[in-house]
Amino acid sequence: MAEKIIILGVETSCDETSAAVVADGHEILSNIISSQIPVHRKFGGVVPEIASRKHVELISSVIAEAMEKAGVAYSDLTAVAVTYGPGLVGALLVGVSSAKALAYTLNLPLIGVNHIESHIYANFLANPKLEFPVVCLVVSGGHTDLVFLESHGNYRLLGRTRDDAAGEAFDKVARAMGLGYPGGPLVDKLSVEGNPEEISFPRVLLESDTLDFSFSGLKSSALNYLNKARMKGEEVPQADLAASFQQAVVDVLVHKALAAAKKCNVKTVILAGGVASNSGLRRELSKRALEEGITIGYPPPVLCTDNAAMVACAGYYKFLRGDTAPLTLNAVASLKLGQEKY
Amino acid sequence: MYILGIDTATRVAGAAVIGDGRLIAERFIHNLQTHSQNIIPMIQQVMDDSGITPKDLNGIAVTGGPGSFTGLRIGMSVAKSMALVLNIPVAAISTLEVLAWNLYRTEGLICPVLDAKKKEVYTCIYASNGHGLIELIKPAALSIEVLIEEISRFEGSVTFLGDGVPVYGDIIREQLGQRVLFATKINSFPRASAAAELGLAQIADSNPGDSTFLQPIYLRKSEAEITWEQKNSCAEPEMNL
Ligand SMILES: [Zn+2]
Repeated sequence: MAEKIIILGVETSCDETSAAVVADGHEILSNIISSQIPVHRKFGGVVPEIASRKHVELISSVIAEAMEKAGVAYSDLTAVAVTYGPGLVGALLVGVSSAKALAYTLNLPLIGVNHIESHIYANFLANPKLEFPVVCLVVSGGHTDLVFLESHGNYRLLGRTRDDAAGEAFDKVARAMGLGYPGGPLVDKLSVEGNPEEISFPRVLLESDTLDFSFSGLKSSALNYLNKARMKGEEVPQADLAASFQQAVVDVLVHKALAAAKKCNVKTVILAGGVASNSGLRRELSKRALEEGITIGYPPPVLCTDNAAMVACAGYYKFLRGDTAPLTLNAVASLKLGQEKY
Repeated sequence: MYILGIDTATRVAGAAVIGDGRLIAERFIHNLQTHSQNIIPMIQQVMDDSGITPKDLNGIAVTGGPGSFTGLRIGMSVAKSMALVLNIPVAAISTLEVLAWNLYRTEGLICPVLDAKKKEVYTCIYASNGHGLIELIKPAALSIEVLIEEISRFEGSVTFLGDGVPVYGDIIREQLGQRVLFATKINSFPRASAAAELGLAQIADSNPGDSTFLQPIYLRKSEAEITWEQKNSCAEPEMNL
């Protein structure tokens, strides 16, 4: 045990309270995720104040459970890694305060991790042999980013959404369809039974040379389609709508991801973030990448949603580089990838 | 027995160590910088000044609310996490009681008022007896008018303190006249040493219990819950936040 680098990860950026223990950056000894989805469901989305209250209530039990399940003692830990942004500031502060208290009390190095960075590193957690350079498509409820990675910790943002994140568009359309919350997985599930070519939705690609995204037009088309059908008193073909909407989002994501790979001359594209577990996205990207001789990678679903194991993994590579944070580390709601704020 | 006191409930931040029957070290800052950045270095400083390390601690006392929601969570997260790894108890002491403790044994009533915005104060009315402070009403978020009505039910002088005084002092004076006294400015903020002293008593006489699921007493629900309940008039009974 002594030679292993054992990192405790803490994640509270949104609505999952999570703590994990990871050895040598890839051996997941525990990954406890306490989801608050049921608490926020009746509000139709995450309520920041309620999320923060839940985090403070649950943080100790989640950390204790992660340590117990990992079977390690606090004295076995090498460092504590925590998400310090981007995210909901009040939510982040619970994890950051807790991690700093642990680092101080246990006299351990503190590592500040960017939330997007941790989503990207879920890929290294699942596949430590992953080789650079890679292009990563980060897709979640809050982000749609294309990132070029030349080496560990070396990020170049190639493109991002100019309006809604892909996951946000999924959630809004799902809500309008009355599917519930969170919407992404529900649309995905329903779309299996539908015809993706039944309803034609726009694929907004913006200017030919940009790798930016725009999903607000597509979202509006889907909402308009629903409104029109309801006004006319027609029954909405829910499964076809889900399948057609999802296909439109996926087409744009896949097109841009492969264009990014071509532009950077890389042979590997990886997926990260909650929407990375969307079955349509995985299928379509696999198919198209194969045609173009590109290898793709994505983490298993449990590592795509917010979890602390990915934070511990990103923290591991930062620890190896000697990139530790001071005990004055603060939560930074709009933290940019690759620009540390400490 | 060493107790670490932590306070980040209002605009001030504090850390203190009590042990060997005395207050050994205390830091208090009201520099309007973020508590998140300040608090751990402050704790580190008072621990170093006391010549002890975290494993020497027997308990932690923290201001447990009311106060700034974010501030309360910073203090509580730090206290709970330290206690978790050290396997020691956490005493969460009412921010209002911590404030009133600054005036313990003052003649008459003691009334801490924290500005709760939305035309309310977080408040409570205390009287001192030989054993400590007695709560004459339950801590609550009240409009100043309701608080004044409550105070009118009791006789004698009332000393007000807290960050609600600069906001409501004039109205209080106008309504209650000669009965009203205001504490000095330096005694008008929570002190981590007061939390530690009250916490020491609580930890020494009774076990404060398991702190795993401890959370601040906010005295107010989130906006989203208030709106939701207004929309759903037959609201389900909720746990009291
Ligand atoms: Zn995320």
